[in-house]
Amino acid sequence: MTPELGHFALILALIAALAQTLVPAWGLWKGNARAQAVASSAAQAQFLLMAVSFAALTWAFIQKDFSVAYVADNSHSKLPLVYRISAVWGAHEGSLLLWGLMLSGWTLAVSLFNRRLPAELSATALAVLGAVATGFLLFMLITSNPFARMYPVPLEGRDLNPLLQDPGLIIHPPMLYMGYVGFSVAFAYAIAALITGKLDAAWVRWTRPWTTAAWAFLTMGITLGSWWAYNELGWGGWWFWDPVENASFMPWLAGTALIHSLAVTEKRGLLKSWTVLLAILAFALSLLGTFLVRSGVLVSVHAFASDPARGVFILGFLAVVIGSALSLYAWRAPKLATDGELRLYSREGLLLLNNVFLVTACFGVLLGTLYPLVVDALALGKISVGPPYFNAIFFPLIAPLFVLVAVGAVTPWKKGEWRAALRRLRGPALLALAVALVLPGLALWLAPVSASFGSKLTVAVATWLALFTLGSAGLEVWQRLRSKRQHGVATAAALASVPAGAWGMTLSHLGLGLWMLGVAYVTGYGVERDVRLSPGASADLAGYEFAFEGVRESQGPNFTADTAHVQVTRAGRLVADLVPEKRFYPSQRSVMTESGVDARLHRDLYVALGEALDPQNPNGDWSLRLYYKPAIRLVWLGGVLMFFGGLIALSDRRYRLSARAAAPLPAATLAA
Amino acid sequence: MKYLVPIAVLLGLIALFAVGLTRDPREVPSPLVGKPAPAFALPGLGGTPARVTPADWRGRTVLVNYFASWCAGCRVEHPLLMQLAHEQGVEIIGLAYKDADADTQAWLDRHGNPYRSVIADNAGSAGLDWGVYGVPETFVVGPDGSILFKQIGPMTPEAWETKIRPLLGVRREG
Repeated sequence: MTPELGHFALILALIAALAQTLVPAWGLWKGNARAQAVASSAAQAQFLLMAVSFAALTWAFIQKDFSVAYVADNSHSKLPLVYRISAVWGAHEGSLLLWGLMLSGWTLAVSLFNRRLPAELSATALAVLGAVATGFLLFMLITSNPFARMYPVPLEGRDLNPLLQDPGLIIHPPMLYMGYVGFSVAFAYAIAALITGKLDAAWVRWTRPWTTAAWAFLTMGITLGSWWAYNELGWGGWWFWDPVENASFMPWLAGTALIHSLAVTEKRGLLKSWTVLLAILAFALSLLGTFLVRSGVLVSVHAFASDPARGVFILGFLAVVIGSALSLYAWRAPKLATDGELRLYSREGLLLLNNVFLVTACFGVLLGTLYPLVVDALALGKISVGPPYFNAIFFPLIAPLFVLVAVGAVTPWKKGEWRAALRRLRGPALLALAVALVLPGLALWLAPVSASFGSKLTVAVATWLALFTLGSAGLEVWQRLRSKRQHGVATAAALASVPAGAWGMTLSHLGLGLWMLGVAYVTGYGVERDVRLSPGASADLAGYEFAFEGVRESQGPNFTADTAHVQVTRAGRLVADLVPEKRFYPSQRSVMTESGVDARLHRDLYVALGEALDPQNPNGDWSLRLYYKPAIRLVWLGGVLMFFGGLIALSDRRYRLSARAAAPLPAATLAA
Repeated sequence: MKYLVPIAVLLGLIALFAVGLTRDPREVPSPLVGKPAPAFALPGLGGTPARVTPADWRGRTVLVNYFASWCAGCRVEHPLLMQLAHEQGVEIIGLAYKDADADTQAWLDRHGNPYRSVIADNAGSAGLDWGVYGVPETFVVGPDGSILFKQIGPMTPEAWETKIRPLLGVRREG
């Protein structure tokens, strides 16, 4: 009964979404304010119905209701409860339901916080969000109903893909989708601005926190995904330039560009049509990501379910939503053009440069991701584009961004003075240089690995870039403090006067610097080694000694495992006791590796268990893969700092103050 | 005019995807082609050696065929494999992928055995290393142990004639 309830709620949600789109659209056309006001109530009803539907599917998983085909395909009677709940979004249908729930959640938040907005703008934006929801609900109901029953009812489920039975996968997809879907709000406001022709500072102040929130969630989602891949795939890598990773990274790059161009539009009223285009682009790339993952056009380790019929639907949806948005853009954007003056050497000029690099990098990633498809479509054969292409394209394009962070921090709006900037940056630049000359050598001395001259040089340059960014990221806040102090303000009061936006920016830029530091060392000085060891034998790597103690069999809830023990010592002192596993999941007849990791801020020791080289004798030799990964934690720490930076920035008083001025609203950030 | 650029780019992309959807994305060349065949040590089946590793056929060019008794495509290619093995003397190594030994044996007894040796990859672990994502798949492994070619899906006469026979150096009869 519950699954039917969920299905029915989904159909009602479709009706609510239609009402949310059509009634306000008619109201806007006729100038009928009451019809426009329907948008909010319809949005709230849609959220409730989506929540009911989602709860129904979750309940079916908790109850192990294998009569529901989706549950039978993705669950198992022995699957632990927490994974039965996360299995709700473990495959195609449930992922879409989560997508839909998130979309209605963001829409609900918009409908609750929109009271200070001009009624027309708010009704238009909600109608756009309703149209997107309509498309998604139709897609779900026509091609991917998660509540479809299955007869005869199987006695046992086929189990959740073991790759997804990992703590990282419990929150990675929700975070990622929060980000993807969150860009729909900026998109809806961009469309509303195009339709109403109003794009003023109030519009930007309204759009900014939504964009920042979506960006922060996307950042966290990508970071968690990278952490999951590192732990679960057993390849010791943190980023693979896989099509699905790229699909989440492209909206991130576009969203990052959007955040910066919104700053220019708010402060200077420039780049209006460019900002609108970026808002459309960020959401278009989110939809494209969904298309790439769900249609099976590109093969990847992540594409678990693919079906051409679904691909055709999403492609049509993409064409309609983004096609009409860009047509509207072509027609209306010329009216948004501003004739304000933009000097290249000013903060807005530097931010424009930042946008150029970010968008070019995004385009490079898009090209690499789609190139195999182009070649295939032109019948030139099948090829795959690998990390060498992406690294060669990506890193040169983002390296200038690190210098821009520093220069931007000391350059004022409107008109900069490069001599003054140079004078202020001299300190951080020289300090970074001093550290960059010492740190790479010190790292090699502490953990000797063989590195080519080229990679040593790259590490040194990257260290300089990272430290320069870290050292100058705080300059903006410091300048504000100093000027307050010069005017006789006490330190505490001066600190309190720094807006949350500036703190958030600083924290995010610090995150960027830490990320670069981590990338430099793990890529330049990370080493790995394949070894064959018999119990009691040991192998050396980067000054650590890995002693293999043998393998024991153990039993998990829904798998059996070969568990190895590896003791790591350094100069005779015990450093870590690692327990890599190889798990066999009988329900899917598949083998998963669980790597043994000892994590420290400055390095990870990582062991993946390979094969028993003599399967008859589990006490014989095993193949093992050993990794030394310097500073890899900084890669994720950087992402986490960016996430918190985003959250802090969106709590900025100037977004709340203007909200409070019109109507008494809870000063919460987001209800979704 | 410049405001029309985005929509033009989008239309181009959509055309590209529309063509892409008609293609089979699974026909992607294996990244392993040109690389050494991944090692394994697995039990042989039905009279073949108890331990088989790729080193056992070092020095000869062989076909390594992943198959299973539960696989329909394997029935399709089976007559061709029989003919290649028995009439043209091609050395084919069979890997019974995610299968029970008794089922594999029954299947071979019923349809005939084209394999020089049959290896039981019960857990699919060798298949995982070789990047197999569905049976049947056939690899051509050179005398130096490197993978020369990968055929995804059933082996077809034209794949044999155009792609595989030249690699094996088997002369055309007559």
